[in-house]
Amino acid sequence: MYFQDLMLKLLNYWGEKDCIIMEPYDIEKGAGTMSPHTFLRALGPEPWQVVYVEPSRRPADARYGENPNRVYQHHQLQVILKPSPENIQDLYLDSLKAIGVDPLKHDIRFVEDNWEAPTLGAWGLGWEVWLDGMEITQFTYFQQVGGINCDLESGELTYGLERIAMYLQDVDNVFDIQWNKNFTYGDIFRKAEYEHSVYSFEKADIQVLKELFNTYENEANKGIADELVIPSYDYVLKCSHTFNVLDARGAISVSERTNYIGRVRNLARSIASLYLDQRKQMDYPLLKKGGVDNE
Amino acid sequence: MSREFLLEIGVEELPARYIKDAVGQLKDNMEKLLKEERLSYQSINTFSTPRRLTLVLRGLGEVGESQQDLVKGPALKIAYDNEGNPTRALQGFMRGQGVTEDNIKTMEYNGDEYIYAAVNKSGKPLQVVLEEGLGDVIKGITFPKSMRWGGKNLRFARPIRWLLAILDNEVLPFELEGIEAGNITRGHRFLGSQNIQIDHIDAYEKQLRDNFVIVDQEERKDIIRLKAEKLAKEKGGSIQKDEDLLDEVTNLVEYPTPIIGRIKEEYLGLPFDVITTPMKEHLRYFPVLDDKGRLLPYFVTVRNGDSQHEETVVKGNEKVLGARLEDAKFFYKDDVSIPLEGYVEKLKTLTFQEKLGTVYDKTNRVMRLTKKIGDYLEVGDETEKNLQRASFLAKADLVTKMVTEFTELQGKIGMEYAEESGENEIVSLAIHEQYMPRFAGDELPTTTAGAILSIADKLDSICGLFAIGIKPTGSQDPFALRRAAIGIINIIMDKKLNISLLELIDFSLYIYVEENGLACDYNKVRVEIKDFFMGRVRNLFLDAGLPYDVVDSVINTESDNIYDMRIRVEKLSKWFESEDVAEILVAFNRLSSMATKTESTEVKRDLLTSDEIRLYDDYNALEEKVESHINKKEYDKAMMLLGTLKDSINDYFDKVMVMVDDEELKENRLSLLRRIYSKMMKVCDLTYIVAR
Repeated sequence: MYFQDLMLKLLNYWGEKDCIIMEPYDIEKGAGTMSPHTFLRALGPEPWQVVYVEPSRRPADARYGENPNRVYQHHQLQVILKPSPENIQDLYLDSLKAIGVDPLKHDIRFVEDNWEAPTLGAWGLGWEVWLDGMEITQFTYFQQVGGINCDLESGELTYGLERIAMYLQDVDNVFDIQWNKNFTYGDIFRKAEYEHSVYSFEKADIQVLKELFNTYENEANKGIADELVIPSYDYVLKCSHTFNVLDARGAISVSERTNYIGRVRNLARSIASLYLDQRKQMDYPLLKKGGVDNE
Repeated sequence: MSREFLLEIGVEELPARYIKDAVGQLKDNMEKLLKEERLSYQSINTFSTPRRLTLVLRGLGEVGESQQDLVKGPALKIAYDNEGNPTRALQGFMRGQGVTEDNIKTMEYNGDEYIYAAVNKSGKPLQVVLEEGLGDVIKGITFPKSMRWGGKNLRFARPIRWLLAILDNEVLPFELEGIEAGNITRGHRFLGSQNIQIDHIDAYEKQLRDNFVIVDQEERKDIIRLKAEKLAKEKGGSIQKDEDLLDEVTNLVEYPTPIIGRIKEEYLGLPFDVITTPMKEHLRYFPVLDDKGRLLPYFVTVRNGDSQHEETVVKGNEKVLGARLEDAKFFYKDDVSIPLEGYVEKLKTLTFQEKLGTVYDKTNRVMRLTKKIGDYLEVGDETEKNLQRASFLAKADLVTKMVTEFTELQGKIGMEYAEESGENEIVSLAIHEQYMPRFAGDELPTTTAGAILSIADKLDSICGLFAIGIKPTGSQDPFALRRAAIGIINIIMDKKLNISLLELIDFSLYIYVEENGLACDYNKVRVEIKDFFMGRVRNLFLDAGLPYDVVDSVINTESDNIYDMRIRVEKLSKWFESEDVAEILVAFNRLSSMATKTESTEVKRDLLTSDEIRLYDDYNALEEKVESHINKKEYDKAMMLLGTLKDSINDYFDKVMVMVDDEELKENRLSLLRRIYSKMMKVCDLTYIVAR
């Protein structure tokens, strides 16, 4: 199965289960969870169902396009089901069948995993899902987001698309994945991987990035003062990515690190509570909507 | 008629490490409920898998035993009218409690007489008890980490998805936050039916087995053990023993099928732990070893299912292991491209503790500390040299790629890389041994260099953290200082090190002052640390079965030589067995209560009266011998000798008045007592001893 078919099949599967199919959010981020379609919507009592593919950037994982398993940018397919339906595990397993993974031919396991994202003030409990020993999905029931308890717990499914594709296509190197009939993953991303590695590890201007971080943080704080949730959150994402590049560049000492993470978390917390206040004032307009097709 | 009850809590996959404890709590909670309701039962059994916690009760009573309660009513003085008939107050009370005058009596309460009714409380029927109580039995199970789901007001380790509750082959109806109990359970997630009706409790195990669930955890464990061994044997090896891993894997599967896979030859050149750690810790595979303990190119993993399409599963697992080992190989190759000493400089970027500097700073301190301890113990030039080298390299592996990825390999990787870099065997081994013992009952360092390095590393952490006020309190011990102290004590015992604890502490604190410019209330801190150690020493001695009074008599002396304390405890115990010491204890108690009134041991013989001379002469006659026994650690003999003074001591107190007005005379008398007392205190404080 081609990489693009893998994406399409999963998007379609969840679309048919009445999830909103969305495009990636257009700001750099380290994980699909950071999209406002997850981070903000997981808060409060309103239902929400969404599926999207999120290119996720992790500068520290860059390997100049030379490592068969690690890349600067990988793709997560993210599903949020809020509230988590009774049969969420069955729905998930059916999605695997939809991409040709027959549970009877494999060993599929739910292995304890407690997920935590300190920069987002978020944590949840769930599993890594193993396919014949390989972790292919992170399955989490959110308990807290932005330091606030979740009123209505979301189920989050994060599929590691590259790993699944490598397994389905039986290739040992991520760059050998066939994206479609004619093009490989390497054709599309190897050069970008190399350049991002050079930039993140060698060239990124530390002074400029530190100033950018401060600027983004200020702008986010101004937005919060003006009660503009989404624009402020966009700048939090910018802060987070800038920090990740600085970190990969080796420009951040241990004590500075704690400090930077704390600054991002504080912004995320402020925005989370601002968002909740707004939804309350709006009388939670989505309260009566949503619901996953269980069949 | 005796009755039977089955409860199964159906859950999404529970963390393997929670299961044993959870099913134990389920049993305890149920037993508590039955006891409170005075319901009898013959047996209570539990089963567990990742997806279910099950309880089977047999021989249950029909109803709880009835019980008589005394209920307080009106005061006697208002209970009867002048004719002796019940007043309205008493009538109302009796009506309310459903009793007649035959069932009431008068009892005193706070000095007044009251009417009490003996009310028969009949036991509740079993069905009612279960219907009302099961919710709390389930909610009462707690986990290290629990969650909420679906907006329910309920916490559990993972969501509860069904409840099976059967009383004598009928559904016992109850509800838990919207989850209704029924007679339906679910089989293996992929191989079994998800809609199994249980009509008879006796059929539960078999019906589940037919649906690929083995509910008995012991049976699953046996299957895994036997089959895994068989597979390993076919390849000429055996499974590496690991009970913890076996328990974990048992609780990861409902229908275990061990399968064997290959490790590619190209990875076998990696160090043993580098291969087995990702196998065990991350993938839960069992390594296969030959009869010499060497790794064979196989692993056994346990599939949750049957053997269909086994080759696909094996291939997948081999691929995953390959990717892990490929990482490890890359780390290894990259790490050893520079010698181990090349990493020491990088320790400057690794914080040990904010106020205590980097790991590089710690390395410098530990080097000085091992030098001091080595000199103190006169270990010799060769060991000193190795010790210095090992101290310098001790922490270097912390900044290698391998240890960054597999932190549990710290020390082991240091040893491997040291060998790779051409360091000698003792240096390499000492780097590994610095972390020993890693847990209670773990191996201790075998080399002198390793032992001293291990002591110094731990002591540096303890002293530094105490100095900045980070001490273990209650359950809080984030730096595991208790374990560190116990480790030091065990090494001292094992290596029979004659070493003064306070001197060790002083060495370390002094280095902190010099290297880090650390400021603290020095005298307070060193005593705090000593007391901290003594608390551990006491516990360790008691855990070893030594008598508490002897332990206390030794710990409460000036001595701070831990190894020597242990010897004294043993020798003293021997002494107590060999003679009746009751009278000696009395004599020395008398002596101690007086002797502690002075500090002086200077006795002027010409001031002694004839009544005092006897004790003075008797003591002087044996003082040197006692001292020589003490020096030879013949503490039992020393005390036996001192014990012979008991008659002269008693005689002394019968005839001599110690606390006289004449200061000089009084001081002289106290000093004589003190002199004897001080000698005793070089061995123990007999006032702690309880007569045998």
